[in-house]
Amino acid sequence: MDFGLSEEQALLDETVRRFLDERLPMSRVREVVESESGVDDEGWRALAELGVAGALVPEAFGGAGLSLLDAAVIATALGHGAAPLPFVGSSVLATLLLRDVADGDVQAQWLPALAGGGARIAVGIAERVEARQGAGLTEAEGGLSGTALFVLDGQDADAFWLVCGDDAHLVRAGAAGLTAKPLPTIDRTRRCVEVGLEDAVPEASYRGVGASLDRVLDAGRIVLAADILGGCDRALALSVAYATDRKQFGRPISTFQAVKHMCAEMAAAIEPSRSLVWYAAHAWDALPDEAPLLATLCKAHLSDVGHDVMRTATQVHGGIGFTDECDLQFWFKREGLSRQLLGGPEALRAHAARLQGIA
Amino acid sequence: MDLAYGPEYETFRAELRAFLETHGSEAPGRRGEIASVGSAEVTAWQAKLIDRGYAARTIPKEYGGAGHEADPLIATILSEEFGRTHVSKGVGGQGIDMLVPTLLEHGTEAQKKRYVPATVRGEMVWCQGYSEPGAGSDLAALQTSGRVEGDHLFINGQKIWTSTAQFSQMMFALIRTEPDAPKHEGISYVLVPMDTPGIDVRPLKTMTGHAEFNEVFFDEVKVPLANIVGRRGEGWKIANTTLRHERNMLGSSATSESLYEGALQVLREERIDGGRAVDSPVLRDRLMKLQAETIANKAHAMRLLTSRLRGENAGVAGLVSKLNGCQLNHDLAGLAIDAMGEGGALYRGSERARDGGRWQFQYMFQLGLIIGGGTAQIQKNIISERGLGMPREPKAVKAAAEATPGSDT
Ligand SMILES: Cc1cc2nc3c(=O)[nH]c(=O)nc-3n(C[C@H](O)[C@H](O)[C@H](O)COP(=O)(O)OP(=O)(O)OC[C@H]3O[C@@H](n4cnc5c(N)ncnc54)[C@H](O)[C@@H]3O)c2cc1C
Repeated sequence: MDFGLSEEQALLDETVRRFLDERLPMSRVREVVESESGVDDEGWRALAELGVAGALVPEAFGGAGLSLLDAAVIATALGHGAAPLPFVGSSVLATLLLRDVADGDVQAQWLPALAGGGARIAVGIAERVEARQGAGLTEAEGGLSGTALFVLDGQDADAFWLVCGDDAHLVRAGAAGLTAKPLPTIDRTRRCVEVGLEDAVPEASYRGVGASLDRVLDAGRIVLAADILGGCDRALALSVAYATDRKQFGRPISTFQAVKHMCAEMAAAIEPSRSLVWYAAHAWDALPDEAPLLATLCKAHLSDVGHDVMRTATQVHGGIGFTDECDLQFWFKREGLSRQLLGGPEALRAHAARLQGIA
Repeated sequence: MDLAYGPEYETFRAELRAFLETHGSEAPGRRGEIASVGSAEVTAWQAKLIDRGYAARTIPKEYGGAGHEADPLIATILSEEFGRTHVSKGVGGQGIDMLVPTLLEHGTEAQKKRYVPATVRGEMVWCQGYSEPGAGSDLAALQTSGRVEGDHLFINGQKIWTSTAQFSQMMFALIRTEPDAPKHEGISYVLVPMDTPGIDVRPLKTMTGHAEFNEVFFDEVKVPLANIVGRRGEGWKIANTTLRHERNMLGSSATSESLYEGALQVLREERIDGGRAVDSPVLRDRLMKLQAETIANKAHAMRLLTSRLRGENAGVAGLVSKLNGCQLNHDLAGLAIDAMGEGGALYRGSERARDGGRWQFQYMFQLGLIIGGGTAQIQKNIISERGLGMPREPKAVKAAAEATPGSDT
């Protein structure tokens, strides 16, 4: 019985954090989010050398062959750094689809490129979770048509996985009939696009892969939850540090019990959330029967905790917390996007009830 | 990450399961049920459990226990299996959970011989005399005094909120024996026989309708100095070592799991306009929200167990269970009540009350636990100060020398 991170996982966490501290401090993050692509390409390639981009790519394809728990550890560190890097979309969702549904040739073509950080694939899967107005794909003889919304990390992607019913299609970015247009969200650290299709012809199509799609969705939810967790850690640390520095009424505000209790409430919510993220990720790796429920509840829970923590942390900062100048807003907004992606809390809880036969 | 316990533990679990299946029906009512404390039924069951190493497991044989090494995994398996089957895990309460570990650590040989075996057998029931009308969260402000005369202490004053005092043979109490010493240094840890002349126990009815705790008055209560545990004036330190034992037990995720299962059943069975309560999207959403918290707390308990096994300090993660667990339990009871609509207000005395009014009882009882054992606010002080390194309040700094007060039961 050992419920916790291994030494290697602790080291992985430390390595990614240190890398981000040095290479992607918030001053650099601010530059990157103003750029056209919104991604620190150089940083991404450097991280790829550390095995981050190809964390889930099998070793046979030049990746690190890590577990989803490892990926969750990475995502927490990236969330902590508000890193403008395409980890969730390309390194988790797209990679897992390549691993689970693609044939050998397609895997050989893409997986090494993803692991090296030179190529990126984004995934349009939002409509499998909840189809909203004006979205959805149809397939006809001529190819795929329609709109895929909230394609995470889709800016400058080389290809797209597009989900239509129980089928998954891989379409090149340059394919005729495909347009990808920015979908500006509150979160500038990760870019979503809207993919429009008009008789676009996929490079490869895999049919009847619904079970794999659901498993990939579970993984995406866990990793988004892990990203939120990292943001919560950062927001709490910033709050404690700010409260220690800031003086009012002749004393640091950290001596006011109302402020201390706001921080205690954040910590009390965050710590079991960390345990839940680890548990869900481990279940995805090793306990397949439990994984769907845990992934679903984990994402719903972290979204709620994330919202509370971001709101509370902003209040600890007072007026400065409401400014653009204060870095805290990056995590506030990043959580704001993660919460909505792949199912908001209410949708996920309804799903959790269905999974258990309660509804 | 590896959630398997390993073969020797699974053997232990299998044996325990077989035992519970064969003998579970002989167990007395639920643990802590007031009527059964100290009864022959309880002591017989307790003897059977000790014999097999399922109770008093780590207490040395010479003091009536089963004499095994401490093993957190075994302890977890025991609480999981007894919890799962709702079978009494034997004598519980403040005597065996708090007093016995204190005596084993700090008591004299004579004190251990005299009190531990009888307590372990379930024949000697204890109450905890810590809180006073003027000393709750600020426990070290206690005023009940012990005047030393010859070989005896003469105790005067009042304790309050003393659970089980009405049927206890003994009290372990914090008494101010050195009136001139600083706040934390003038207190002694004293064992008081409850039949000593001058003790007056007056039940205090709680909001649940039961007399769950008491006021205890002391008027020239004469107790031998030999009943002091440790040295005179060191009671605060001694009490704090046991509080550490206790804090590990509070906010147990097993209680939340069982309340969740119960609430789920209520939502499945209750009918609203002919439909099931669980088909109400709003109630179902609340249920799933609390399920997520229940699972998070369970995972958290596994993580803390691992920290202990690895010998690591869990840091702030180790300080949040009481706050989270008690609040969650209260919310679970609240949901079950809301799912029953008006019927949720029914209580004992109504034939229509579901489970004999269990859920209203829980809703009140769990609120008591949010307050007892260190209030939610005191927990937040502990989390922010010890966990996050934030400063103590300026005025409290001097008074609270070495311990955050108020973490008693
Ligand atoms: C069910 C139950 C069983 C109990 N059993 C026992 C028992 O067997 N033996 C025993 O000795 N005691 C027992 N107690 C007493 C219990 O330990 C105290 O009630 C508890 O420590 C709080 O003390 P108090 O009631 O005096 O409240 P107070 O300390 O007066 O607190 C009142 C309010 O003020 C807040 N407050 C106080 N100090 C601070 C501070 N520094 N910062 C922020 N807020 C603060 C509290 O959080 C609370 O909200 C029991 C209590 C309950 C509810």
